Amino acid sequence: MTITITEAAATHVRNYLENRGSGLGIRLGVRTSGCSGMAYVLEFADESEADDQIFEQHGVKVLVDPKSLLYLDGTELDYTREGLNEGFKFNNPNVKDSCGCGESFNV
Amino acid sequence: MALLQLSEPGQSVAPHQHRLAVGIDLGTTNSLVAVVRSGKAVTLPDEDGEHLLPSVVRYLENGIEVGRRAREMAAQDPLNTIISVKRLIGRGLADIKSLGNKLPYRFQEGNAAVPRIQTVRGEVSSIEVSSEILKSLVRRAEHSLGGELEGIVITVPAYFDDAQRQATKDAATIAGLKVLRLLNEPTAAAVAYGLDTGSDGVHAIYDLGGGTFDISILRLNKGVFEVLSTGGDSALGGDDLDHAVAEWIMAQAGIDRDADHSILRQLMQVACKAKEALTAAHSTAITVALVDGTTWQGELSRAQFETLIEPLIRKTLAPCRRALRDAGLTPEQIKDVVMVGGSTRVPRVRELVGEFFRTDPLVDIDPDRVVAIGAAIQADVLVGNKSDHEMLLLDVNPLSLGIETMGGLVEKIIPRNTTIPVARAQEFTTFKDGQTAMAVHVLQGERELVADNRSLARFELRGIPPMVAGAARIRVTFSVDADGLLSVEAQEQSSGVKASVEVKPSYGLTDGEIESMLRESIDHAKEDMEARLLRERQVEAERVIEALTAALHADGDELLDAKERNGIESALRTLAEITREGDQAAIKAAVEALEKSCEFYVERRMNASVRKAMSGHRIDDFE
Repeated sequence: MTITITEAAATHVRNYLENRGSGLGIRLGVRTSGCSGMAYVLEFADESEADDQIFEQHGVKVLVDPKSLLYLDGTELDYTREGLNEGFKFNNPNVKDSCGCGESFNV
Repeated sequence: MALLQLSEPGQSVAPHQHRLAVGIDLGTTNSLVAVVRSGKAVTLPDEDGEHLLPSVVRYLENGIEVGRRAREMAAQDPLNTIISVKRLIGRGLADIKSLGNKLPYRFQEGNAAVPRIQTVRGEVSSIEVSSEILKSLVRRAEHSLGGELEGIVITVPAYFDDAQRQATKDAATIAGLKVLRLLNEPTAAAVAYGLDTGSDGVHAIYDLGGGTFDISILRLNKGVFEVLSTGGDSALGGDDLDHAVAEWIMAQAGIDRDADHSILRQLMQVACKAKEALTAAHSTAITVALVDGTTWQGELSRAQFETLIEPLIRKTLAPCRRALRDAGLTPEQIKDVVMVGGSTRVPRVRELVGEFFRTDPLVDIDPDRVVAIGAAIQADVLVGNKSDHEMLLLDVNPLSLGIETMGGLVEKIIPRNTTIPVARAQEFTTFKDGQTAMAVHVLQGERELVADNRSLARFELRGIPPMVAGAARIRVTFSVDADGLLSVEAQEQSSGVKASVEVKPSYGLTDGEIESMLRESIDHAKEDMEARLLRERQVEAERVIEALTAALHADGDELLDAKERNGIESALRTLAEITREGDQAAIKAAVEALEKSCEFYVERRMNASVRKAMSGHRIDDFE
């Protein structure tokens, strides 16, 4: 079970955390909603839960709850620019299909 | 997949809940889309890096083209290529015909409400054409922003009437877009410069576009922009500057006025380039290829250029002067002048406008984009991305709204210059005994008589329970939404029956007609008041005649002897005659005389009805 974060994503996360002035790291997760089953959660994390898994890479702690990890195993978090838009991207090998916009997905 | 942004713990947005909103400047010549990203408003370019989308739509048998490609084909395929559709939107066929015979399109006759243009793809309305432009801009925005739009803000000229505004909204609806609101173009320009967050004051927005000139005087009062006056010239713009330069080249190069079409088109392009070059440079070289294969070369200095265009720029100052006069202001009272439109890049334009208003005009924001940028800022606020800012921009309704009352009079429900959105209600009653229906006639304007105002809509309230005249209570509610669109509801209070109408007038006012409507109301103030008084007296007289006739019919025989009855009836006839003659003082006197001569009858009726009510009761019952 592993989650990775690219150097580009880590740099942005460090910047955002510094700007925010507090925070343990970031929390990745999935929840059921959206038009195609599940949606990603990407939030600042202020505290960790007892059964969280913590992955640390490029100086950034990534917290994932065990239920979400089932759907996120092997995921790489990247930061990318697409045309005029830029933001975080989940490269998740578990995804079978997603809705047109890719904001929600099925495994 | 979509790109995500970090959220605060527990604040992750659900999919498709992004609050993306853009501002759209739907222009006569060019259109633009802008958005606020990372706190900054920017216009969005297309794949080729072009920000301006020519407002040109071409209909082909197998598709629709919008923008530059359509514009390039305008000369070859004039019947299927719709340019300047903004001049048509919300207008009836009669209005469009009054614009002159310059339009090459084939209009479908017979359907005057919404004129339709015949193209190879079938008939299209101006609303559908505008909707294609909106769709194209929204596609561009969704592509750049990576998501669906929550809503859009579209800008419209300050002088657009309800019909033109509604048609613009309809165009968005057809394109499947939610209009957060329509924003006046000068207001958007003022917002782009942040004037709405500054101190109260009066601002002038000088908008010299490709083919039109508009001047608007706005007053900011406690965060609310009020349009004090507008003016302009719908046939004066940057194209005319190009024309002046082209004529100069023709004279210099000895080109005939009736030269080949392609030469003339080339000349206009060369002239436009020279104009643009002279914004920064002090002189520019001009080269024109002539028909005989030779080329002509010349040099145009900025000083010469300024001499050529001076009369044209001075022509814009007359509407400025008029707009100031309409607003009752002097140039010194203008705090800021905002420059809008590509032609305001010309240094001489800035100089002359600065001299006229005695202040340096605001030119920091690209004048082609300033309206779209203001719209984007407004869209961002309306969609809730700036909840802590609490900026809510308000507008006012330009003309009073009211309904027709007895005698062809107008009762104003929402006076002009009321801040919108607004809802106002007023109660009305029935005129005749047993009246079960009421016609509601919605009017717009400042005059006292129905005939002098603009009719917006009519509807009927039916099912009023029969009651004596004046007993029914009918509440008429006028609401104007943030876009200046009106809905009217009439409800009878005891039974709850109601009827309503949303005003989508079938055709529009011509430019500046709002102004003339206002002026007329001032010019005719005295005669309007006299006419109103007369009608009011006539209505009062008719009401008295009506009531007395009904009373005579009910119990005249019981309570009056023949002589008394004859007396009253002849007084009634006299009053009816005087009422028709139209001297309000005489009518008043006659009504009073009749009422006096009937006093004994009224008294007998009262006694009779009291006796009737009391009979069968003991005196204790009334204590």
